[in-house]
Amino acid sequence: MTEQPRLAEQNAAVHLPEPFLKWFAEKGWSPRAHQIELLAIAQAGQSVLLIAPTGAGKTLAGFLPSLTELAGPPRRRPGQAHRGIHTLYISPLKALAVDIERNLGKPVEEIGLPVTIETRTGDTPAHKRQRQKLVPPDILLTTPEQLALLIAAPDARRFFEDLHYVVLDELHSLVTSKRGHLLSLGLARLRSFVPGLQTIGLSATVAEPDELRRWLVSQNPPGGMAELIVVTGGAKPDISILDSEERVPWAGHSARYATPEIYSEIKRHKTTLLFVNTRSQAELLFQELWRVNEDTLPIALHHGSLDVAQRRRVEKAMGENTLRAIVATSTLDLGIDWGDVDLVVHVGAPKGASRLAQRIGRANHRMDEPSKAILIPANRFEVLECRAALDANYLGAQDTPPLVDGGLDVLAQHVLGCACGAPFLADTLFEEVRTAAPYASLDRPTFDRVIDFVATGGYALKNYERYARIRLNKDGLWRVSNPRIAQQYRLNVGTIIEVPALNVRYIKAGSKGSASRGGRVLGKIEEAFLETLTHGDTFMFAGKVLRFEGIRENECFVSNAPGNDAKVPYYGGGKFPLSTYLAEQVRIMLDDPQRWKKLPEQVADWLRFQADKSVLPKRDDLLIETFPRGNRHYLVAYPFEGRLAHQTLGMLLTRRLDRAGARPLGFVATDYALAIWSLADMGRMFRAKKPSLAALFDQDMLGDDLEAWLAGSWLLKRTFRNCALISGLIEKRHPGQEKSGRQVTVSTDLIYDVLRSHEPDHILLQATRADAATGLLDVSRLAEMLSRIQGRIVHKHLEQISPLAVPIMLEIGKMPVHGEADDTLLMDAATLVEEAMGTK
Amino acid sequence: MTRVLATTLPLAGADSIGIAGERAICDRRGVLYFPELRLLTVSDLHLEKGSSLARRGTLIPPYDTGATLLRLQAVIADYQPAIVISLGDSFHDGGGAARMHSSFRERLEALMAGRDWFWVAGNHDPDAPADLPGETVRELAIGALVFRHEPSAVRVEGEISGHLHPCARIVQQGRSVRRRCFAGDGGRMIMPAFGAYTGSLNVLDRAYAGLFRRETLMAYMLGAERIFAISRSMLRPG
Repeated sequence: MTEQPRLAEQNAAVHLPEPFLKWFAEKGWSPRAHQIELLAIAQAGQSVLLIAPTGAGKTLAGFLPSLTELAGPPRRRPGQAHRGIHTLYISPLKALAVDIERNLGKPVEEIGLPVTIETRTGDTPAHKRQRQKLVPPDILLTTPEQLALLIAAPDARRFFEDLHYVVLDELHSLVTSKRGHLLSLGLARLRSFVPGLQTIGLSATVAEPDELRRWLVSQNPPGGMAELIVVTGGAKPDISILDSEERVPWAGHSARYATPEIYSEIKRHKTTLLFVNTRSQAELLFQELWRVNEDTLPIALHHGSLDVAQRRRVEKAMGENTLRAIVATSTLDLGIDWGDVDLVVHVGAPKGASRLAQRIGRANHRMDEPSKAILIPANRFEVLECRAALDANYLGAQDTPPLVDGGLDVLAQHVLGCACGAPFLADTLFEEVRTAAPYASLDRPTFDRVIDFVATGGYALKNYERYARIRLNKDGLWRVSNPRIAQQYRLNVGTIIEVPALNVRYIKAGSKGSASRGGRVLGKIEEAFLETLTHGDTFMFAGKVLRFEGIRENECFVSNAPGNDAKVPYYGGGKFPLSTYLAEQVRIMLDDPQRWKKLPEQVADWLRFQADKSVLPKRDDLLIETFPRGNRHYLVAYPFEGRLAHQTLGMLLTRRLDRAGARPLGFVATDYALAIWSLADMGRMFRAKKPSLAALFDQDMLGDDLEAWLAGSWLLKRTFRNCALISGLIEKRHPGQEKSGRQVTVSTDLIYDVLRSHEPDHILLQATRADAATGLLDVSRLAEMLSRIQGRIVHKHLEQISPLAVPIMLEIGKMPVHGEADDTLLMDAATLVEEAMGTK
Repeated sequence: MTRVLATTLPLAGADSIGIAGERAICDRRGVLYFPELRLLTVSDLHLEKGSSLARRGTLIPPYDTGATLLRLQAVIADYQPAIVISLGDSFHDGGGAARMHSSFRERLEALMAGRDWFWVAGNHDPDAPADLPGETVRELAIGALVFRHEPSAVRVEGEISGHLHPCARIVQQGRSVRRRCFAGDGGRMIMPAFGAYTGSLNVLDRAYAGLFRRETLMAYMLGAERIFAISRSMLRPG
């Protein structure tokens, strides 16, 4: 690090204009080597990917090429009214765009650059957007959805004709989602407007930088890559696992046992950022902290369901350093500057090494000082996971998910957007789409089916020709058939599907709502959760214990609950499944008693006890235990492949066990294990090889069984709903009216049933199955596991429950039991009625 | 109509109930059958809803008419009724019958052949369907029963209606189950919607206010294999 600055200074003189050098000198700073390197690459006309840890001056690096160019002679040609946009900055978060406007404004002003910077997000008022179209700023800061809208406007080509750079912030988090697919198509469009367009990607460390390098540039010719700059180093974070005096619980997610110890850490530090994985964990931790907050320290709560005004207040207080602690979910994950955080506490296991690294990067937003972090495992398996994550972080291991092929639903949305902008030739658009990395391997027949879908729905029964949304004209161009189509498109752009949610509004206890409608809105909560509540139930939200009073239209009425205990627990589940990499680390650790020494004594004891009573799985083995308990028989498997894959495995195994006559009753899945219970003695059945475990876990379960189960599954219906909304089959919003979530849900479920029975190969069902395989079902991961464990299944038939099985057995009864047994519930209700009425 | 035939047992999964003294079979597929009258009634078919929405740019699969007719065909085959009453909103809009694909029209006509078929006028289809047999009526009275599309505001014993698309919801073991249902209080009955794309409205919604006697209201929820009779106290709004 000592040699680099001098070299950078020499280079800086070559690449940086005088006013910039002066500014750096006045500040007493020198440009960092990677900032100058990036500038040099951009000046040579290349696109570039910058990978750097938080606090490395990434943002300034990303904008230096634009700022230095804009500092030069004015670009306006004589007689030209206005120059167009020079640089487009795209970030995944609205808040980030706003933040950058502030941070970038400062150097621009101090250097005295004639550069205009503006944001354009969903919050930008219509008159300002209008003005931006007429008098565009030099630098426009925006989001992927706004880009999609801009390129669907009829004047898009002219609007972007002066564009030089597109700066893509937090690229690692964008590329793995459908938003990333839509953005990649938008970029392809921009490249067709401006052939020399350069991209600058800014990213945290990722497992496969080459995937992002390809993503940034045209894939015609195939395999092209942006230049790469990697900034390593930064001080190593100082991370520890809380070595609790208390007993670490077997199961659960609250980490309530550690509250006093967390509180004393908060007292010892200036500002503590507490991360949890789910909203319900955030609510619980906040509640627990205030229970012990004898000094009434300013401790705040922040998560995505809270009312926006409330969130902004917390963010502002954070920036002004008036808070001592803030409990947050992932809303704060991304790169916003949060004042002087000197401690990050991570409650619950981080689920992925990369996510841990990023969250910890929030402490001490300066690269050269070590970040300080404490991990708080909520249960014993999480102790193992935290230990593995901690080792991984020191190793610099990365486990960002691999990129998947672009969604066809997203492509359908883009095709309609292109048509709204200008008529297109199918041949030209096909070539253009294939320059986007996620669509590089798209074949022509599939593309043509997508066009057919956009035009008339793409059905085998050709009934809708006269209602086509786009039409092929004699000149070979596809045109929007009606201006109303474009209007509808603009209302429905984007790939973010919101879960149906209701406003939570305060009223006086016991009142029916109508008289006291004016109460404050606390935020939004999922309809699915509210549906399970009865009048008078209590639950936790917005840092309070609330009493459920009822639902009226789009609002849920609540009042203050007496007392401190919420009756209804809300298990949101882990949002993120355990990453493959971390799962492997956990398996390796279990297999190596030497490494148990680093674990807390009580956890090491637990593992020794397991070795004594049963066996610990070898790193590549799958351990299956069977034992009786009560009048049931249990099977517990320990694949460590994450909750989603286990859930799918559970569904498939119960089907097979049912066929084999085991009479399974239900199952639960966690990130680590899967438990199935049945009436028949499964252990004895496996011993008699009726069926053998090898046959039960055979890979062929991913064939017919999967198909058969999927067909009626709610998982697929939910996925279909997303595809239907993104592809534009169903509208999220219609001019003049907003459909409620319920209406959309009902109709997509019905549509799914009809489409599946009449045209199972329809392109939207194809897109749905592809999504489910990588998403909610995690079939790909299950497939890898099934092939890994062939011939490596270890069966232990036990007299009683083993120590390792205790955590998942404790989940039974707490988590919803999976199965499609809705009719059983109806039966229970009907029986109750019959008993009460004495009819039977 | 006091003539009593030998009691026909309900099919598997159907419940026998009384409406204003007439015995009826509530079928889990959403139709009501009066064995003594050999009369089958079905409500809110909403045929051609898909193409109706397609006209406005929402290109949902054009298979709803086919799917609805297929299910109708199955119940008619099971009960072999002499009289069929389609209780209104048989087509999603006035032009529906004219838009119907010829293959669907042929299937519908085959179903109608050999029986008395009544099209009760609904708010979606106030006029007779174009070029289809059957008789179009505002309402129909048979014995103690009155068949009309919209339930009347004043209580009428023996009224069978549709229009509101009732569904009911219960919560058991922390899980919520919502199903289409027949809603009845022993005096009047509101039929579930039969059409493949029809949504539904909770029977506790304000739209039903005053229609039923609270004490005797039952929701006959449609299960996969049978009907579940649930009393009002078990029902949840939403």
